[in-house]
Amino acid sequence: MNKHEWLQRIYDQHLSHEKREKRIVRLFQIMIMVLFFSLWEIASRFRWIDPLLFSSPSSVWHLLITKLRDHTLLAHTTVTLTETVLGFIVGTIIGVCFATMLWWFPRVSKIVDPYLVILNAMPKVALGPILIVALGPNMTSIVAMGAIISIIITTIVVYTSFKEVDANYIKVLQTFGATKRQWFIEAILPASFPTIISTLKVNVGLSWVGVIVGEFLVSKQGLGYMIIYGFQVFNFTLVLLSLLMIALLSSIMYQLVSWLEKKLVKGA
Amino acid sequence: MPILTVDQVMHAYVTNQSAVLALDHLSLNVERGEFLSFLGPSGCGKTTLLSIIAGLIEPTKGRVLIEGKEIYTMRQTIGYMLQHDYLFPWKTIKQNVTLGLKLTGKYSEKTEKQTLALLHQIGLRDVDDRYPNELSGGMRQRAALVRTLATDPKILLLDEPFSALDYQTKLKLEDLVWETLKQYRKTALLVTHDIGEAIAMSDRIVLFTARPGKIQKIVTVPDSLKACTPFQARQHPDFPPLFQMIWKELENIEQT
Repeated sequence: MNKHEWLQRIYDQHLSHEKREKRIVRLFQIMIMVLFFSLWEIASRFRWIDPLLFSSPSSVWHLLITKLRDHTLLAHTTVTLTETVLGFIVGTIIGVCFATMLWWFPRVSKIVDPYLVILNAMPKVALGPILIVALGPNMTSIVAMGAIISIIITTIVVYTSFKEVDANYIKVLQTFGATKRQWFIEAILPASFPTIISTLKVNVGLSWVGVIVGEFLVSKQGLGYMIIYGFQVFNFTLVLLSLLMIALLSSIMYQLVSWLEKKLVKGA
Repeated sequence: MPILTVDQVMHAYVTNQSAVLALDHLSLNVERGEFLSFLGPSGCGKTTLLSIIAGLIEPTKGRVLIEGKEIYTMRQTIGYMLQHDYLFPWKTIKQNVTLGLKLTGKYSEKTEKQTLALLHQIGLRDVDDRYPNELSGGMRQRAALVRTLATDPKILLLDEPFSALDYQTKLKLEDLVWETLKQYRKTALLVTHDIGEAIAMSDRIVLFTARPGKIQKIVTVPDSLKACTPFQARQHPDFPPLFQMIWKELENIEQT
């Protein structure tokens, strides 16, 4: 056997090993899911848990079918998803704009520093009632909730990463006589893309919190409304269905951000 | 007329604790095509001086003239190369080396072609569309050299550009940079800690004292060494005596 064949064999072994490892991981993941839902169903059937409180997968499934047939689920989901995506985008964009402003005007950043600390420490959902009074009990105030919850933290994290960009990149640009705008476009912003993306991932979760709380308060439509309604009429199957929908949609959004990360972060 | 005049430059660093004098009444003339090295203990203000010459910081007192004109009007005639390559990791090599052209408004099909030709000539073939992290340290520093040369600066400032490289790569790059600069008749100022490198590459060597930085002595390298490439110069019989002499001078500086 020559060296080439030998290397090829080692490589093939490595590949099949990796493949096997992947398969085992996937198998366990599926097993956990199947186990969870079966246990839930069995526990509910045999009354180990109160089916009135914890429902069961089959009841949730039946409700899903019913709600899909009468188109109400789709309507509620669309509303919530639109609000969340809007809140997420608005929050992130405003946050990055604030961070840019702080970077551009160092004196402003010194002045507002204590206020940022206060705003960051404050629980933003507590602003909910004020927002609803100010903007009206409609979609606008819910989107505002989804946005406001992520603005300050985005500002702080992105501004910090702007400041931490290696000054030597700026030095390189300065030697070519670059303007401050060019520093930002050529070095500061692209160097901070990885941080911006990781705040996007955090913001996906935060926007869902803001929007669901907003829907609790406004109580007109959306998955948050379904939860609060189910709670009030003691229909916990409805609550669990909404929860599963939220889990599904937020994971899809998270995956989309990961995909965006691969597109945006080059040469890393 | 000298291409570069440093006239009575003083510079102080001011912090909340104190104001420290970094450069003290420094004057220097550099002729076109000359290769100068700055040698001295750390903290002697060599990098400060380079930043002042590049127009990145303004001296507290004194002037820097390029071809008799104030530097802020002449910034684009200067190229700066740092200790690390600082290629932008999110740009391809091609985007990196043409960065200066784009920023200075010199970008055209012709200048891009010239820059890429230089990149190939310097031994970087088939890397135009690669990202810097796919290249070795020596290749990256060569790309950084091309980026600096692309805007066709008259004076090159080299701030320890070889110090982060392994010894073999460093020797090869010294020759390459030296030959490239000679070929295009560039004036160069090199900051270094390496006495051998200073002798091998330069026409004159400026010895600095530390805190505040002042010129202690300027050593002229004999013609016999100037004619050689840096690698040959290191083997030349005139090399060791000059090395000894500069070594002693630096010892004296550190003792005083």
